[in-house]
Amino acid sequence: MKPILERLKNGEVFVSDGAIGTLLLERGLNEGEPPEAFNISHPEIIEEIAHLYLEAGADIIQTNTFGASPLKLSHYSLQDRTEEINRKAVQCVRNAVKDSVYISASCGPTNRLLKPYGDIDPEDIYKAFERQIRAQIEAGVDIICIETMTDLNEIILAVKAAKTVSTKIPVIATMTFENTQRGFYTIMGTNIEKAVEGLELAGADIIGSNCGNGIEIMIKIAKFFKKYTNLPVIIQSNAGIPEVHDGKITYPDTPDFMAEKAKELIASGVSIIGGCCGTTPEHIKAIRKLFDSLMFTI
Amino acid sequence: MDILNKISENLQDGNIEMVSELTKQAIKEKIPPKEILDNGLIDGMNIIGEKFKIHEIFIPDVLLAAKSMYAGMNELKPLLIKAGIPAIGKIVIGTIQGDLHDIGKNLVAIMLKGAGFEVIDLGNDVPPEKFIETAKRENADVIGMSALLTTTMTAMKKVIDLLKEQGLSDKIKVIIGGAPTSEEFARQIGADAYCYDAASAVECVKGLIATESK
Repeated sequence: MKPILERLKNGEVFVSDGAIGTLLLERGLNEGEPPEAFNISHPEIIEEIAHLYLEAGADIIQTNTFGASPLKLSHYSLQDRTEEINRKAVQCVRNAVKDSVYISASCGPTNRLLKPYGDIDPEDIYKAFERQIRAQIEAGVDIICIETMTDLNEIILAVKAAKTVSTKIPVIATMTFENTQRGFYTIMGTNIEKAVEGLELAGADIIGSNCGNGIEIMIKIAKFFKKYTNLPVIIQSNAGIPEVHDGKITYPDTPDFMAEKAKELIASGVSIIGGCCGTTPEHIKAIRKLFDSLMFTI
Repeated sequence: MDILNKISENLQDGNIEMVSELTKQAIKEKIPPKEILDNGLIDGMNIIGEKFKIHEIFIPDVLLAAKSMYAGMNELKPLLIKAGIPAIGKIVIGTIQGDLHDIGKNLVAIMLKGAGFEVIDLGNDVPPEKFIETAKRENADVIGMSALLTTTMTAMKKVIDLLKEQGLSDKIKVIIGGAPTSEEFARQIGADAYCYDAASAVECVKGLIATESK
């Protein structure tokens, strides 16, 4: 397959996949269990989900490794299995998709706070990401995706760790912003302009935002990213803000609604569009359909 | 500038050592410990809470201010105990079972401590029974629960149901919060209040304790 960065440079746009967590819960993951353990205990389910998103038409499939940094796995005493979990996660997706699409390795926050406001040294965060990412790259992943970050210092450490392990593997870096009355900020106080500046400097290849917001707010966020950067921009939005009905949690944004709004994202120059919490293979299918219809009109 | 103002300002700037030093100095100057607490430390945390609410400052600023508050409290605590000054209320707080996200819960604990409450923090991944046992043992006024995951928020109802079963719902009030929760969700599961953010949690708890003591 042609390297994705080359194709992005030529103006191609891509669909990435949707949420994994809810699909795992439907398939027997218990609340409170680490989803990453499923990579080693139920590889067939991980393959099935990758296959669902492949069938839905995603060009980029993510691995089930959001919480697979040794710092986060240590909550479940699984830190010694970091390499095994990350390797197996990549292999499962590879088995399902072969070489037909790109595999992107997810890396979420460590949930630890850096000194001086928190208690962990930057070196320890860096080492944790380096270990996770090394296992992913050695298992043959095509892209590293550092996501849902709110602390600019932490995401910069993760991007640098990825670039130290390999200069060749492209790195996606996305942060989660809140829509405050003073503009878009992460809960740790980073605005979009500062995020762009820090992520570019750290060496990220593709930047943008995921989680926290529905697609309508994401359109505004995307416009700010396009204003401040020339790098390709990625947007992976939730299916709206979760609502509770009769004790059940639902996400309001339908596949058709998201696809309709994805049109505006493409118009504003976003290169990769996918889903986060609450999105399903149906959402991705709808976005794929939109992409294909636009191809014909171009 | 008055030393208590200095304590408040240094706390807001997150100057941990300065707050500790100034508190020691204020004690040496024979300022009553309650006054140092109210007009120094609590005053500073109130302003931090207000600024945080309007997104003028963010989590790192609040955490540094909290560390400064704790540094001052360390100096004051023995004196407050000696003087027999009680906390204005007792809260048992934690992130619900299955959820490891504790930043929001920690902010609520910080703001409550900063407002003069005694806070017993059970950490994250707290089983429903543990909330109840601790609240009973400690004679707490309020239980505060937090969830960040939509998959864990439903476990909050278990705590409320247990309280009802044991006939404790009048004595121990329940507040909930966290990104996926809402006013409507709080009503559905029977919580006494929903707190949108850390600053409003303080107002919530004050309100609940006031109605309770009537």
